[in-house]
Amino acid sequence: MNNYPAIVVIAPLLGALFAGITAWVEDRFTYPIALTALGIACAAAVADLCIVLTHGPIQYKMAGWAPPMGIEYRIDALNAMVLVLVTAIAFLNLVASFRNVQQETPDRTGAFYVMYLLFVVGLTGVVSTGDLFNLYVLIEITSLSSYTMIALGDKDRGALASLNYVFIGVIGASFYLLGVGYIYIKTGTLNMAEVATMMPALKESSAILVAFILCILGVFIKMALFPVHVWLPNAYSYAPVGFARIVAPLMTKVMVYAMVRLMITVFGLDYIFNTLDLAEGVVWMATIAILAGGVMALSQKNLKKMLTYIIVCEIGYMVGGAWLGNTLGLTGAILHIVNDALMTFALFLCVGNMVYRLGRVDISDLSGLFGKMPWTMAGFVLAAFSIVGVPPTCGFFSKWYLILGAFEAGAYHFAGALLISSLICAVLFFKVFEVCFFEPMSEGHGHGHAAVTMEEAPVSSLAVLAVVSVSLIVVGVYSGTIVDTVILPFLK
Amino acid sequence: MRLLGFLVVCLTGGLLLYGTGELPDWGDTNSPASLHLSNDYIEHAMEQTGAPNLVTAVLADYRGFDTMFETAVVFCAGLACFLLLRDFRPKKTRYYRHVPTGVVLHVKNPDKQIAVGWEFEDMDKDWVPSDTIIKTVCRILIPFIQIYALYVVAHGDFSPGGGFQGGVIFGSSLILLAISYNLKTLMKRVSEKFLGIFSAAGVLVYVGIGAIAMVLGGNFLDYSKYAPIFGEHHIRALGMLGVEIGVGMAVTAVMVVIYINIVSEGRHDEGL
Amino acid sequence: MTEFISLIAAKYNYWLYVILMMIGLYAMIAKNNLIKKLVGMNIFQTAIILFYVSIGFKHDATIPIIQGDHGGHGAAAAAIKAADYINPLPHVLMLTAIVVSVATFGVAMALCVKIYQRYQTLEEDELRMRLSENKS
Repeated sequence: MNNYPAIVVIAPLLGALFAGITAWVEDRFTYPIALTALGIACAAAVADLCIVLTHGPIQYKMAGWAPPMGIEYRIDALNAMVLVLVTAIAFLNLVASFRNVQQETPDRTGAFYVMYLLFVVGLTGVVSTGDLFNLYVLIEITSLSSYTMIALGDKDRGALASLNYVFIGVIGASFYLLGVGYIYIKTGTLNMAEVATMMPALKESSAILVAFILCILGVFIKMALFPVHVWLPNAYSYAPVGFARIVAPLMTKVMVYAMVRLMITVFGLDYIFNTLDLAEGVVWMATIAILAGGVMALSQKNLKKMLTYIIVCEIGYMVGGAWLGNTLGLTGAILHIVNDALMTFALFLCVGNMVYRLGRVDISDLSGLFGKMPWTMAGFVLAAFSIVGVPPTCGFFSKWYLILGAFEAGAYHFAGALLISSLICAVLFFKVFEVCFFEPMSEGHGHGHAAVTMEEAPVSSLAVLAVVSVSLIVVGVYSGTIVDTVILPFLK
Repeated sequence: MRLLGFLVVCLTGGLLLYGTGELPDWGDTNSPASLHLSNDYIEHAMEQTGAPNLVTAVLADYRGFDTMFETAVVFCAGLACFLLLRDFRPKKTRYYRHVPTGVVLHVKNPDKQIAVGWEFEDMDKDWVPSDTIIKTVCRILIPFIQIYALYVVAHGDFSPGGGFQGGVIFGSSLILLAISYNLKTLMKRVSEKFLGIFSAAGVLVYVGIGAIAMVLGGNFLDYSKYAPIFGEHHIRALGMLGVEIGVGMAVTAVMVVIYINIVSEGRHDEGL
Repeated sequence: MTEFISLIAAKYNYWLYVILMMIGLYAMIAKNNLIKKLVGMNIFQTAIILFYVSIGFKHDATIPIIQGDHGGHGAAAAAIKAADYINPLPHVLMLTAIVVSVATFGVAMALCVKIYQRYQTLEEDELRMRLSENKS
């Protein structure tokens, strides 16, 4: 009986507790403990993926009680892939952000790593669980640790951005809890698989309709779909770099995963697309989200805020793709979870390097960066191409599936929004490249005759950036393999 | 903003009340929630776990995994208050009060260290003479409150109670010490380092019990795997007691940490 | 009209708690002072807890602690009838929800203290004014 599903969640938790004790006794050991814990979790997640691909879904009974009496963890192909993604990005970020954490929170690095590990515990738990109420508790762990760490960033605005995030986040999580309450009243169980078996009998029920709307609304608020995205730009741009690099790629994507899990496993695609009539409205909402995110990104003067509005735009892709109603759309949405996490991680790695050397990242401050930080800018250019959707980077392939799915479902407005947003992203990034290419005029040494001093970021961060950039291309080239072995068998 | 708030409230309230049309009546014994899962709990929990208190049986045994994350949430809240508010900068000026005469010394130079004898007590700008009646009554009451807290933790299996409830009562006894005397008295008895380690140790007891069950060959948190060590008899109730103790430890320490950090704004010098 | 009244009378617990929830939600959105918004958040979450606990109630049932002599193991204990005890599961879920709401309240309170230390005010319109002044 293998214990890998439990190890993926328990290893970071044990690491957090041991680090919590050593932070008071001997502060130097918290970082190695955190690295070890995340390494074990990543290895267990890869082992899970191998087992699921060969033997089929794993069902792990917590405390030995069979569901519905106890809680179960159900790992299938989608879970395992997202778990590998989450643990890998968490581990790589820990390696890359060592210097950033020392620079930004020098007197409490031990406690920072403990809170970081608790955040990763919450994320892996949300991805693995098969119980509705357990999902709520894990969303709350994720939210609490992110509220705290966002407030550690900017001295002036971090706390206020975090408090606004607290209010909106609590509303979202409470709506989800109310939805679970309505489901419990009508079915009497909290296990996801068992609710799915009882769903066909309850199709006409108004309470189940209200439960569905509340659950999906709660998850929409947590993933920052326009118009309830108002907490995201402030919260992510004023967070400290070491934390922004993990929360921006992962938190909203894990909530998209939760939405896909609720749609497919709990309520069932048959209920959503045949009984209810909401799918078209949601695709329109996603279209507006994509266009609004792109337009708002154009007007930003700060690089970090611009990237957060691009996140809002990408969430629109995933929500629209999932609600198109056909396999191509769902495939595109699930593939985009993986691709967008990698792309956003690469972008925030570059931005973090810039913050480490320059302090502020207003676009006007970035002049001459191609000369001063060539490796960082190379990674930035590759990630930008991936967001625009240039083959063979991974961004192209998920956009391809989404556009095909949109044409098949007749949602031409969604396909149009996808193409327009690619143009907008291209405009955005070339605006940044233009500023970065030219030296500042006040240097006065002639046209580049004097050698430009290279002030690159620390080697740890550059090494991780190289790994992520290579993976952008590798994941893109092997997209077909990923779709055939992981996603399509899951959707059958 | 008020108009937007009113609109959102009306829409949400309308949606929620529309859904209640189909929900079962108040107190209905035939609702799905009362028929399906909870009947299994009520009828079998006593023989399977050995604990008459059904709420504790479900909380610590059947759904013990949820409770573990709940304890992690509590730990996270205590750590958050420390991480956000703790201010390690030394104080700029200090006040000392000579107890027999009432004379106050104000030391303005932050670098000068003065060794004061036992006749002097630390003071702050908001100092108020503490009342003898309050100090004496609280000093007598605190040990009894603590014994009651330990009783609530230990009897969680048989009467309403458990780790959370007992931990809160114990934590409030320590906060009572801080309120009736002053914060420095509490910090002398229970240092910040002890509280930090104690809260992490509490959650570690819970996760440790689960992890050792995994090592002994079962699933995570499967208490029956401890039977070779502790005996088959009532092993589940013993496992529940173990995790409740871990929960009580964590909740106690976190209650006090949250109080100390918020009330002194992180400086750990003054109090209420 | 009468059947609407009887509908409300049979399910008055749900109506009561939904109204309480909406009062809390309105306070969170519309009030100006940050502490009043926090209190609204607490009322909202408490109303959800009461909503859940009211699901478990059964008429003529007692608290979910098995009564009677449970000292002997395997002795002829009286059969435990499910209708005699109220549903324990909502109570368990709400223990967790109460702890989560207390933890969120503690973190939000620490954030308010931090904001007050920086800006010396807790009114949202004043904060907005200060932020727009800082930006320019």
